[in-house]
Amino acid sequence: MKTFLILGAGTGGTMMANKLSKRLDRQEWKIVLVDRDETHYYQPGFLFLPFEYYAPEKVYQPKRKFVPSGVEFILSDIELIEPDANKVTLTKDKQVIHYDQLLLATGTDIHPEEIEGMNEGGWRKNIFDFYTFEGAMALRGFLKNFNGGRVVLNIAEMPIKCPVAPLEFMYLADYYFKQRGIRNKVDLVFTTPLSGAFTKPVSAKLLGDVMTKKGIHTEADFAVSGVDSGKNTISSYDGREIKYDLLVTIPTNMGAEVIGRSGMGDDLNFVPTNKFTLQSDKHQNVWVIGDATNIPASKAGSVVHYSAETLIENVISAVEGKELEAKFDGHSTCHIVSGNNKSLLIDFSYETEPLPGLYPFPVVGPFPLLKESTFNYLGKLAFKWVYWNIMLKGIPFPLPPEYSIAGKQRVA
Amino acid sequence: MSVLDSVKFDADGYLEDPKVWTKEIAEAIAKREGVTLTERSWVVINYSRKEFETKGEAPTLRAITKNTDVDTKELYSLFPGGPGKLAAKVSGLHKPTGCI
Ligand SMILES: Cc1cc2nc3c(=O)[nH]c(=O)nc-3n(C[C@H](O)[C@H](O)[C@H](O)COP(=O)(O)OP(=O)(O)OC[C@H]3O[C@@H](n4cnc5c(N)ncnc54)[C@H](O)[C@@H]3O)c2cc1C
Repeated sequence: MKTFLILGAGTGGTMMANKLSKRLDRQEWKIVLVDRDETHYYQPGFLFLPFEYYAPEKVYQPKRKFVPSGVEFILSDIELIEPDANKVTLTKDKQVIHYDQLLLATGTDIHPEEIEGMNEGGWRKNIFDFYTFEGAMALRGFLKNFNGGRVVLNIAEMPIKCPVAPLEFMYLADYYFKQRGIRNKVDLVFTTPLSGAFTKPVSAKLLGDVMTKKGIHTEADFAVSGVDSGKNTISSYDGREIKYDLLVTIPTNMGAEVIGRSGMGDDLNFVPTNKFTLQSDKHQNVWVIGDATNIPASKAGSVVHYSAETLIENVISAVEGKELEAKFDGHSTCHIVSGNNKSLLIDFSYETEPLPGLYPFPVVGPFPLLKESTFNYLGKLAFKWVYWNIMLKGIPFPLPPEYSIAGKQRVA
Repeated sequence: MSVLDSVKFDADGYLEDPKVWTKEIAEAIAKREGVTLTERSWVVINYSRKEFETKGEAPTLRAITKNTDVDTKELYSLFPGGPGKLAAKVSGLHKPTGCI
């Protein structure tokens, strides 16, 4: 028997376990899936937890529920990967697994300790993240008793997972404080190392306009140098200092420590990966999916979904000794919640930045791109159901995975 | 007459062809951008050029501070404003691609 080993049973690992169990010859292949955490979190739901728009129990389910029959699931931390010897050592019982093919799907985590003073006195008192379940729930508790003051959000450095989530947080905060009737007592400040609200010119302008319209102040080119939780200030290297009552941080995002430990990562522990084939740059029998890669696409569930369609074809080609023909185009679709039951939608690829228009079909849409609409918001809410019931199970959408320019308007 | 007259720049002021870069060009770009290059600036420039030659693009700030003895604070004093962009410009590299 040959072994197909998958490290990480989050969005990508689970999806691929389901696809592989259908496509690999089960007489010949054993599939093993490893994760240290028993619980699968629907991470897009973390955005809604602080504002009490979702009940906590809506965002998690047991991981085992999504493991297809016949796939072995091992609950353990991973100690070391030795790609030159085709073996992995788990923490539990120091179990050694020899593999024929390896898929890395270990995602990315936040590292507040990378920013001076961030996780000291004020951490989880008036400094919170919302990229973890614990962080989002702690912030929920804080916001309940918050009756006014300055709310500062900071993005420490790029890349971050779901790069639109911080914008959505600001838009939702505006709406939330309005609903509570205290918007006039709250200052909203968005600090980012980017030169505008988002990275790509057309969407940066449009998304920045939404910020301005909502009375949210943007401090661009803000490279955070540290936090002083005695004075409640956050500073930048160019000498700006901003006082906060509540600091919401998107700390440095890094790939799994085991990737770094095993000498397989870049400066941020992301794995150098071929952006078209999703094969590791260094090892032909190592594949990488999702947030763990260094490919220049968004670290988002939608990217995991689209790229899985490419990856499964290439893995099957490789085990059959054929050329890798499938090419991922960097397709990404993001819903951006903007408050008041509305959201915007962006759709882009390696080659084409987010453009206005209609998605997925020209003229009929039904989802308008880069424009606030209630219909888009329904799409975002439906995403939770789609995630649990379709995406994780590796069932293809009735939508083409390739990016299409049809329906989009070129902006001069 | 400046060494810059004979080379082409893109709309944002980055050298069109990183291969034509010389130390004189670096000095001239720095002057145009209003920064003085010191021995320490050259640690960053030399590292950036080396990275470009192996990887084909400008290094990130994190890579610079991790792989040289210049820390972020010093980087901001050597290349005020946006050190990532400014160091790339002076090193004759293309504009660093922002991540999405
Ligand atoms: C606040 C927020 C909002 C988001 N909103 C959206 C959205 O609207 N749309 C969208 O498409 N995406 C969104 N995302 C992003 C999306 O959730 C992720 O991109 C996606 O889940 C990545 O999947 P993955 O498989 O790469 O990693 P993950 O799903 O994070 O899985 C990684 C797994 O690896 C395991 N692991 C790591 N290290 C080890 C180890 N040493 N030993 C054992 N196991 C290990 C972890 O336990 C985890 O289960 C959002 C994310 C956040 C945080």
